[in-house]
Amino acid sequence: MSVELDVFVGNTTIMDKEVYQLWLNGYTVNDAVKVRIEGGVMEECEASAEVLLSDTMDQYRTFQMCERLLHHPAKLANQLLFQIPPDRQAMLIERYYAFDDSFVREVLGKKLSKGTKKDLDDVSTKTGITLKSCRRQFDNFKRVFKVVEELKGPLVENIRQHFLLPDQLARDYAAIVFFANNRFETGKKKLHYLTFQDFAFCAGQLINNWTLGAVDNIMEDMDVDLDKEFLQELKDLKILITDKDLLDQHKSLVCTALRGKTNVFNEMEANFKNLSRGLVNIAAKLINAKDVRDFFIDLVEKFIEPCRSDKWTSIDVNLYLTHYTNSVHILDTFKHHAVWTRYMGVIKSCILRMYHD
Amino acid sequence: MPGKLKAKIVAGRHLPVMDRASDLTDAFVEVKFGNTTFKTDVYPKSLNPQWNSEWFKFEVDDEDLQDEPLQITVLDHDTYSANDAIGKVYIDIDPLLCSEAATVISGWLPIYDTIHGIRGEINVLVKVDLFNDLNRFRQSSCGVKFFCTTSIPRCYRAIMVHGFVEELVVNEDPEYQWIDRIRTPRASNEARQRLIFLMSGELQRKIGLKVLEMGGNAVVGYLQCFDLEGESGLVVRAIGTACTLEKISSTLPATATHPSNSSPSKDMKEPGFGEEAPGVPLSSGPPTPLRAQTFSSFSPSKSYSRQSSSSDTELSLTPKTVGIFLFPSTPALESESSPLPSAHLPHHLWPGMASRSTTPPPLRLSQSDTAILRKSVSFSEELLLAASGMGSGGSAGKEGGPLKALLRQQTQSALEQREYPFFTLAAFPPGFLLHVGGVVSARSVKLLDRIHNPDEPETRDAWWEEIRQEIKSHAKALGCHAVVGYSESTSICEEVCILSASGTAAILSSRFMQDGPLDTEHRLSRQPLCVFSTGSERVEGDMGSSASLGFEEVVSPGCGFCHIPYDELNIPFPAQLTYCYCCRRYKVPDVLFTTIDLPTEANVTGKGCLIQARLCRTKKKAQGEGNATVISNLLPFLEYELHTQLMNKLKLRGMNALFGLRIQISVGETMLLGLASATGVYLTALPSPGGIQIAGKTPSDITYEQHISNMQKKINDTIAKNKELYEINPPEVVEEIIGSPIPEPRQRSRLFRSQSESSDEVSELDLSHGKKDAFVLEIDDTDAVEDIHALLTDSPTPAGFYSCNTEIMPGIQNWTSAIQMFTSVRVFRLNANLTNQGLNKIFSDLCENLLKSLYFKLRSMVPCCLCHLNFTVAIPEDELIQVAVTAVAMSFDKEQLLENGKQSGEKTLIKAITENDEQLQFNLELNAETSAPNPLSSPKGLSEVGSHLSARDRCSSWIEQLKLKAHTIRRGSVKTTSSMEKASPLPEGRSRSLRSNRSYSGSSVAVVKMTPLSFIPGAKIIKYLGIINMFFIRETTSLREEGGVSGFLHTFIAEVFAMVRAHVAALGGNAVVSYSMKECVFMENPNKNQAQCLINVSGDAVMFVRESELESTSVQTQSATTHTSNGAEGT
Repeated sequence: MSVELDVFVGNTTIMDKEVYQLWLNGYTVNDAVKVRIEGGVMEECEASAEVLLSDTMDQYRTFQMCERLLHHPAKLANQLLFQIPPDRQAMLIERYYAFDDSFVREVLGKKLSKGTKKDLDDVSTKTGITLKSCRRQFDNFKRVFKVVEELKGPLVENIRQHFLLPDQLARDYAAIVFFANNRFETGKKKLHYLTFQDFAFCAGQLINNWTLGAVDNIMEDMDVDLDKEFLQELKDLKILITDKDLLDQHKSLVCTALRGKTNVFNEMEANFKNLSRGLVNIAAKLINAKDVRDFFIDLVEKFIEPCRSDKWTSIDVNLYLTHYTNSVHILDTFKHHAVWTRYMGVIKSCILRMYHD
Repeated sequence: MPGKLKAKIVAGRHLPVMDRASDLTDAFVEVKFGNTTFKTDVYPKSLNPQWNSEWFKFEVDDEDLQDEPLQITVLDHDTYSANDAIGKVYIDIDPLLCSEAATVISGWLPIYDTIHGIRGEINVLVKVDLFNDLNRFRQSSCGVKFFCTTSIPRCYRAIMVHGFVEELVVNEDPEYQWIDRIRTPRASNEARQRLIFLMSGELQRKIGLKVLEMGGNAVVGYLQCFDLEGESGLVVRAIGTACTLEKISSTLPATATHPSNSSPSKDMKEPGFGEEAPGVPLSSGPPTPLRAQTFSSFSPSKSYSRQSSSSDTELSLTPKTVGIFLFPSTPALESESSPLPSAHLPHHLWPGMASRSTTPPPLRLSQSDTAILRKSVSFSEELLLAASGMGSGGSAGKEGGPLKALLRQQTQSALEQREYPFFTLAAFPPGFLLHVGGVVSARSVKLLDRIHNPDEPETRDAWWEEIRQEIKSHAKALGCHAVVGYSESTSICEEVCILSASGTAAILSSRFMQDGPLDTEHRLSRQPLCVFSTGSERVEGDMGSSASLGFEEVVSPGCGFCHIPYDELNIPFPAQLTYCYCCRRYKVPDVLFTTIDLPTEANVTGKGCLIQARLCRTKKKAQGEGNATVISNLLPFLEYELHTQLMNKLKLRGMNALFGLRIQISVGETMLLGLASATGVYLTALPSPGGIQIAGKTPSDITYEQHISNMQKKINDTIAKNKELYEINPPEVVEEIIGSPIPEPRQRSRLFRSQSESSDEVSELDLSHGKKDAFVLEIDDTDAVEDIHALLTDSPTPAGFYSCNTEIMPGIQNWTSAIQMFTSVRVFRLNANLTNQGLNKIFSDLCENLLKSLYFKLRSMVPCCLCHLNFTVAIPEDELIQVAVTAVAMSFDKEQLLENGKQSGEKTLIKAITENDEQLQFNLELNAETSAPNPLSSPKGLSEVGSHLSARDRCSSWIEQLKLKAHTIRRGSVKTTSSMEKASPLPEGRSRSLRSNRSYSGSSVAVVKMTPLSFIPGAKIIKYLGIINMFFIRETTSLREEGGVSGFLHTFIAEVFAMVRAHVAALGGNAVVSYSMKECVFMENPNKNQAQCLINVSGDAVMFVRESELESTSVQTQSATTHTSNGAEGT
């Protein structure tokens, strides 16, 4: 004796947010039922486990049927099969494209390829996120990446329009796409302390300042790639460390400005040349794709770690970088002010964001 | 001749990929009507083709226009091989043939394939230029409007109700033709879909012709069904009620005419959304008081000795076109009909009528008057007055008797003259339904054989004729001349077919129909008049007109319909009669079962609830005639037990009446299923039901005694709990106040439920548990114990939920605009070798669990009511039970509910206590009014007053009082009175306060609402765009890949919804009302990974406007009116 068939279809498609979340999280129907029972929905509504199972199965089926529409969110609005109120549609899309920070940290900067997908079971074990959910998130990244890759115009705007995502989520996806495209290394142990939001912030800085779209309003190129010309020009900054006079001059200017304003002045003074060399070298090497990938590692190794070992506070770092950046403009033999500003603006905000435990 | 059908193919979108290589499609479209086909160009390499075709024109007969659908096929062009079909769209162009419905079909329609489901959408434009056809021998019936709604549609007024129309057409089922062996499943499915489209078109056309013949212009309560008889063919049959409808123009300015358009006939229907009809009660009811069974072919007609006396009246059968007799529209005829009716009367039918007039006369007759008629009418009024005066004492007035009989006979006679005085309507304008006798039903078991000549479907016709005759005679035995809430259904298993028909025997007033056209004239010509008449329309039952006429109780709509129509001394079945608890003048039965909706004006105590009786019976496998005999032998027991269950459950809930009763009996190879659903209520007019008492068989055993008393206690507790739950606190005080001679309740007597007794003779079945004050259940065997347990296992609805299978729940009016229509289907697989008891339990649990699931699903809508819960059961295979439910969940405002509950409680109290009082007050008011030039003695009189401008003010003050009164007394009445806002400035403030109670969620999304009800809460239907009648087949050969049976059916139902919505939207509508899923046949073969499903749905496409929007666009006065009407709905 068994229920052979059990369906419920509403004119307005009924979707329970809680069950949707369980489905997104990759729970099986039975696990979902258990979670729901523990959640106390049964007592609330005088329902039995049987009822709960039937409801959960039904909802799961509905979500599965909706899933192909969710792959093209724009279709959800003009499809006829499900009558879903607009606010519900927005909720469905937003949640479907939402991702776990812990998951994204694992794949951020990796190539969104089949190979990476195969490794998802490791990611799943490591993060405790179900494989199903990992796959969905990964596929989402890949789908967005594929669509946006070919599009011109501002990255965030493209994502928002094509996937009908809310602003913040679109920005996060822009970061993911940007990282995947430039293959930034984020998995090294030294970078583990950084959250996805740290990276997303940096990605935003890079997209807004270092890509072609950032300077030109010509929509011809995309936001996904760094501005090659700019990277080329960055090499000119090397003069700041190769020219001994310039380096000394720079140091004295900075030290004069900093003196008495911080507890770690001595360390700053002692480390100035090291740090400056580090930052300028990063700039000079960015023209190589491989060094672009190591951008964040370099920042950590060459700047953040030394500062941290000297117990700088972030106020110190801010102070230092401000004067470090501004002093250059007083150097009379230095000609590359625009490039310097463009470079240091991003570096400064990235470092400040990344400077935490 | 002639019409020109024009179609234009605009574009496609979301097409499937047909060319794997390019991931694209080269689509083109074939447009076919009749034998003519046009093609668009191929739009290469696109999933979103833009054809923008020319207009394809078809010049065709209007007969074809009615029969044929427009067939649009989307194909993928293939240079080297045959073109692949992507899918099809069938467009029913019938709505375009009626001037008042849609004018163009334009929009995105899903492209449907029977194997793949929906595959993209196509944007089309379809128009029809129709030339006038004056050929009187024409075969077409363009322009006749069809409505599934089983009440007068919202924006129409019934001028005349002509009566019953029926038709059936038969054909071979393509699925069973030899060619089916060699064609693809797709071709076979499409042949079937197309055939059914054609057949229903033809059927509709033929019914239309009958309507035209009768002089009508519309069919209301149109119910079309398919009988898939397998080898023996395919039958499409339909029944309906022919009417002459007049559109109420809703665009009139807010002058004095405004009330008339915003309320009169709409109001009749709408007051508080009180009464509407359940969509289509398909199955037959139980023979409530009256046992009525036809086993025509197998059992001799031993069943019904009582009817024999009335059989000769059937002589008066005349052709169907007697609408004119019945509802004479010309004054001449009318006047003739009033005074001398008895000439053609089957006099003997009403023996004792003359001497005992406990049955009230159809007073409505007299109110219909024209100037010409005035005299004769007033004459009869006086007489009636006298009559009822006598009658009010409790016993019959001698003079009154004959007159009443006379009046009654005259309606009677008119009805007699038609072949079948049946009405598929389930809700009526106030005053139309005078008395209700009870449920009448008939069943017959038939053996199917091949239909040899599709053009002459005589056998099927004859079968139905038999059944209808039987229904008619049952109604007669109940002292009734008409059957309302009538429906027919079948259940087929192999070659055995059970035909069922059921309805509610009733006495109708002829006045509604008579005064129709004249009434209209009044309204149009004299507006002040209509101010009153519209206002009173609603109130009149309460007090207004009838009070003024002086025989109010007779027509008192709160209880009038409960008064027995049959003769007290000649009761056709054993029943316990008491005096009406409302008016104390007429006899009422102790329990009332009906198939109709609860009349709006009915006095109800507390709330109602869904009551179901469920039964399973095993039967032996048999073939042919033997099988039929077995089934027909089982049927009486099945019905008896269903009835017992219903009665027990009704008592358990402390209620005394059932509405919307629908009994479905489904036959399978090895079992019979019976499911009876109804909405139980406590009618204030009927006596309070006694409890249920359990009697043990072996009183000596002490533990046994204890067990019994435990059970008794449980039952008593349940009853008490239910009474609280449903707020049933009937006013106990009534007796003292009225002090009327209610006979002492008889001592409790016993009902022995034992098989031997009931098996004796069918006709002897005692189904009227009415004799007993308290109901005794004797526990004589384990079966009985089980039964009682089963009785108690029905779990109550969770908090915040109500459920009913009628249009609305009494006591709830303040619906919010949140509605959710849904369909749920379950199939349960049984183990072999179950006992009857086991089966019963499983079946009952299946239904209960389904309900529980629904409550859980819809918990976010609480507080809410599941309305029009329509269960259909089927036995698709051996050991499978299929239950399908379609219903709508509607939220309501809780705060107002409380208020309302209070008010309704108050209402009933007032009603009960001050029945006389009330009348007095109104007389006083009326007397005060006598200073006016014309006596306000009748609605008509008043309306004359109203015609003078000067009288208006006075009128308004009177109206104001009336309104206030109405407000306190009657929930729905505010609405009507609101229509008089114009005339009286005072109520403005009150209407505001009402308005403030109510908040609408203003935004309207571009969605299509669907509901099985005839209305949309918080909205006004401004246009009916035509009937939706769609039939789809879906088949799969990859069942597992599509998510198994559940996945397959889930998708299919969603697709059907989508197609209905799309077609409604293309017609320019934003809702489907009276939606029903009439067929859902599901077959599976998991071993072959295959499944097939057929679904047939129908409904009325409408355009509605939110009342909040109406307000914003209308002028001040108008908005005031609408506001109040909102408020009224909200109260």
